[in-house]
Amino acid sequence: MIDVQNLTKYYADHIAIENLTFHVAKGEILGFLGPNGAGKSTTMRILTGFIPPSAGTAAIDGFDVMKNSLEARRRVGYLPETTPLYTDLTVRSYLRYMATLRGVPRKNLKSRVDDVMTKCRVEDVANTIIGKLSKGYRQRVGLAQALVHDPPVLILDEPTAGLDPRQNNETRRLIRSLAGDHTIILSSHILPEVSQTCQRVVIINEGRLVAEDTPEGLTNRLRSSDRLLVHVRGPVDEVAGLLGAMPNVLAVIPDQAEAGRFLVDTAPDSDPREEIAAEIVRRGWGLRELRPVGMSLEEIFLKLTTEEAPLEAAEAAA
Amino acid sequence: MTVFTIAGKELRSYFTSPLAYVVTAGFLVITGIFFALSVVLTNQASLRFALDNFRVIFLFITPLITMRLLAEEQATGTIELVLTSPVRDWEVVLGKFLGALGLLCVMLALTLYYPFLLFVYGKPDPGPIISGYLGLVLLGAGFIAIGLLTSALTKNQIVAAVLAFAILLVFWLAAPIGDVFQGTLRDILRYVSALDHYNDFSRGVIDTKDIVYYLSLAAAALFATVQVVGARRWI
Repeated sequence: MIDVQNLTKYYADHIAIENLTFHVAKGEILGFLGPNGAGKSTTMRILTGFIPPSAGTAAIDGFDVMKNSLEARRRVGYLPETTPLYTDLTVRSYLRYMATLRGVPRKNLKSRVDDVMTKCRVEDVANTIIGKLSKGYRQRVGLAQALVHDPPVLILDEPTAGLDPRQNNETRRLIRSLAGDHTIILSSHILPEVSQTCQRVVIINEGRLVAEDTPEGLTNRLRSSDRLLVHVRGPVDEVAGLLGAMPNVLAVIPDQAEAGRFLVDTAPDSDPREEIAAEIVRRGWGLRELRPVGMSLEEIFLKLTTEEAPLEAAEAAA
Repeated sequence: MTVFTIAGKELRSYFTSPLAYVVTAGFLVITGIFFALSVVLTNQASLRFALDNFRVIFLFITPLITMRLLAEEQATGTIELVLTSPVRDWEVVLGKFLGALGLLCVMLALTLYYPFLLFVYGKPDPGPIISGYLGLVLLGAGFIAIGLLTSALTKNQIVAAVLAFAILLVFWLAAPIGDVFQGTLRDILRYVSALDHYNDFSRGVIDTKDIVYYLSLAAAALFATVQVVGARRWI
């Protein structure tokens, strides 16, 4: 549905994105992850036809965003990072205006606007001037305008920025409910958001694609060790000693918050859980918890950016 | 049809902000004074003196009408929503132009009770009144197009207004400046002068060359605006 091929954009003095290639299948939610200034917004602005790429191509549903700009734009709903709204219009008149601009026929106008107002839960402020709305409502009105012409593709730039946790959750749920009918690209620099909402993640840093996979896949791919959580009631030092002496155990990290809980790094694919359980039970200690824990995306992300940096430096030097 | 959607939205936006009311009220006060003076001083059932002064007022009010058209959208970022919609740049520019011209026509329409009063109490020659109003609409169209251009150049509405006013002043003063020179330069400057082209309309003469002048002024400024709006594509 969305094809990005060797996309490059440089401004006068710096490169914003370089050789970006990725695809998004129909009905998929793709998370676009990267720190501020990584090139997320630039990529999205190119996909929506707002600015042209310096090199490479991008296509929406087979329509090139430059050569067939109008056709491509017709298929996209876009929520820019700053959630721009006409603050002097009411929610309803704003949505009607955006719907007309997006080519919704006059006879469908009312039903489309009513429909997205319900979907985005803004019908109770339909006749309120947008300038008087709270941040949470504005964000939902922003989403509503992106949806108003029922586009097959949604491009959402930081859709939950500045929302409180409850609004955040609601927005994520709404976005998840849109998958299937819509193909969605969602950018964020907040990792849990992406792992909860998206089926696939593209991580970019300094304009380059660093990784592309499912949230789980990324976790697996990057794991240089497996990690277990072990909670034992017993003499803490002895337990730590035993765990450290077990075969395939690489490191034992005591949990600072609660005595008796340890994070145990093990060799990949060794899974010594049964041996550990047997040893602990044999000594008569209480085994309260033993389970594998994945690395959070946060850790992956830190890892990616910190690990790629020297590589790039080496490339630059060569 | 998108053009008219945008024009309609702009026109409605004017009436949801206090600016349009303040500008319209000011316009009616000043034109009212000119009208009263012309009737009292000349003791004639003629609008000529009043309409001649309307064009000077246009010099001051059109930058106020046009300053927000594109500058505001660039400041708030809504321009990104408009230009990522399946709408061509020229449709956006033309729509905004027509919206502002619509407001100007509303303001002019509100002054129509001046000639109405003349017809009630006297026998004015309708020719100069009709041609005078036509000339004002054409002059206003040229001024608005220039204001729209300066509004495209900046995010700052004040800068847009001041810049528009400066350019309009040049068009106003071109004729007196031209009189300093001789020969071709003088002719060119006299031709460029936006106010001089109004003189025929004022006398009741509708001359094609004046119409062409105002329409090409508006068309040139609108064309330049479309280029400025599209400039993001090659920066």
